[in-house]
Amino acid sequence: MQGGQERATGEKMVLNFGPQHPATHGTLRIVLELDGESILKATPHAGYLHTGFEKLGEHLDYNQYIVVTDRMNYLSPLSNNFGYVLAVEQLLGIEVPKRCQYIRLLMAELSRVADHLLWLGTAALDLGAFSVFLYSFREREKLYSIFEKTTGARLTTSYTRVGGVLRDLYDGCEEDVRQFVSNFPKALKETHTLLTRNRIWMDRTKGVGAISPDDAIDYGLTGPCLRATGVAHDIRKVEPYSSYDEVTFDVPVGTNGDVYDRYLVRMEEMIQSCGIITQVLDNMPDGPVNVEDNKITMPNKSDAYGHIEGLIHHFKIVMDGHGVQLPKGEHYCATESPNGELGFYIVSDGSGTAYRIRIRPPSFFHFQALPHMLEGGMVSDTVAVLGSLNVIAGELDR
Amino acid sequence: MNEEKEVEEQSIPLVLEKLEEHHADALLSQDEMRGTIVAVVRKEQVYAVLEYLKTDPELAYTFLVDVTAVDNSQMESELMQFDYARFMVVYQLYSYQGQCRVRVKVPVHENDLSVPSVTGLWRGANWLERETYDMFGINFEGHPDLRRILTPDDFQGHPLQKDYPLRGRGERESFNFDKQNA
Repeated sequence: MQGGQERATGEKMVLNFGPQHPATHGTLRIVLELDGESILKATPHAGYLHTGFEKLGEHLDYNQYIVVTDRMNYLSPLSNNFGYVLAVEQLLGIEVPKRCQYIRLLMAELSRVADHLLWLGTAALDLGAFSVFLYSFREREKLYSIFEKTTGARLTTSYTRVGGVLRDLYDGCEEDVRQFVSNFPKALKETHTLLTRNRIWMDRTKGVGAISPDDAIDYGLTGPCLRATGVAHDIRKVEPYSSYDEVTFDVPVGTNGDVYDRYLVRMEEMIQSCGIITQVLDNMPDGPVNVEDNKITMPNKSDAYGHIEGLIHHFKIVMDGHGVQLPKGEHYCATESPNGELGFYIVSDGSGTAYRIRIRPPSFFHFQALPHMLEGGMVSDTVAVLGSLNVIAGELDR
Repeated sequence: MNEEKEVEEQSIPLVLEKLEEHHADALLSQDEMRGTIVAVVRKEQVYAVLEYLKTDPELAYTFLVDVTAVDNSQMESELMQFDYARFMVVYQLYSYQGQCRVRVKVPVHENDLSVPSVTGLWRGANWLERETYDMFGINFEGHPDLRRILTPDDFQGHPLQKDYPLRGRGERESFNFDKQNA
């Protein structure tokens, strides 16, 4: 860093980084003002993937909107599905059956592992560690097979419903998940041996892109990026939702808030998630997966075909303007998504469509804080810092 | 069990109690919805109220979770309650110390769309206010860099206003990128 300052000639160079740069993982753009190799000013630009999700929410009914939430953070669509229906259910004032809560919790934690694995692979790839990418994608593939068998899709899962989930777990799901969980720590250890004490990895990440706890809160950072600074804040702990208070897990924190600490925090979170998954499987209750209220969830197919009430309920749920109706009011519900606080603020006017849906995406705040972490550093750190934040364009621009 | 409940009931209105004590003239209405305190305050005093909520050592709402707006033009009951103010700017705050949330709302009339910017209190408010400006046309006074953020710079209109059609207003005629480079 000092070397760059000494060589300064006073001539500025403007470097456009993205939106098609391979290390931006999507459509991010940063305009860098450079003096030699040191960064004087970084200006992030958002909006290349703006899709109008919030406007769409005012025209789709509550169950239709679940499909849109898949496309926000497309690395962990199950967490988005979960966070969204939780907000709707809390405004509706209902609680889903225990089994449903546990299934959602299981899927949310599996998708947290999948999200962190993809982050790990690509962040390491950006810094030149190619084999880590292969190892983490090998593990991620196993998770995606589980998602595919459970939800019918690898990416656009749309698994949750208002008042329940699409369907119960498939036969043999528990064995698949248990097998994954028992092998995973060993597989992650391979990555640890490749990176954690690796001289090159430490030089590229230690002390790079550091942010203090106060600055992190000031900028609104949440999730692993906030915890890497030493703030032990996890919504799953302080505002437990959906039976998170019934499982035990630790909240890993860092000390320096740099790229290396974000890496370590995410690595440990994956292990903690595996612990949660084992507890969930051990204590998985039996019972229904949907609330037994046919004004909210679909009746069984046999009822819809065989009984007049079932047919009417089925018809009303799927008909425009007759589906799930929320009471008039507003609610903000925050969940701990893999990237941080994912919030849904829903304003209802009492009809079957939201009056306003606001999504509070964690990536928006992380990308905003990027100049604070970059300025004064070297241009080659840009890739390391950007990779460590895991900014997802889908939820950044919505 | 009863004792616990009483403690909870006492701890929740602390925000409102303190606000009534220090900023009673700013409060237009107060409510509790699904466990979150909602305070509607006058536009002129919103900066002072938010600053108070952030800096008071007992409250310490140091984390600005979100800034957004709601266009109430098709919500008659809300319009009537707040003197036909079309927009409602919404601030969500969180206190790491008290581990609780509060929602502050500010009614904004269509003929005067300016609201004081809180970028001086939280640096994170910068992009949030830019997005609210982009989507609703609210002008945040004192904002250092109030540009559009999600839509292109030459975009016309504010897409989340209720009178803006879902499918937009036609296609863009040109990209000024070409003009600049011609």
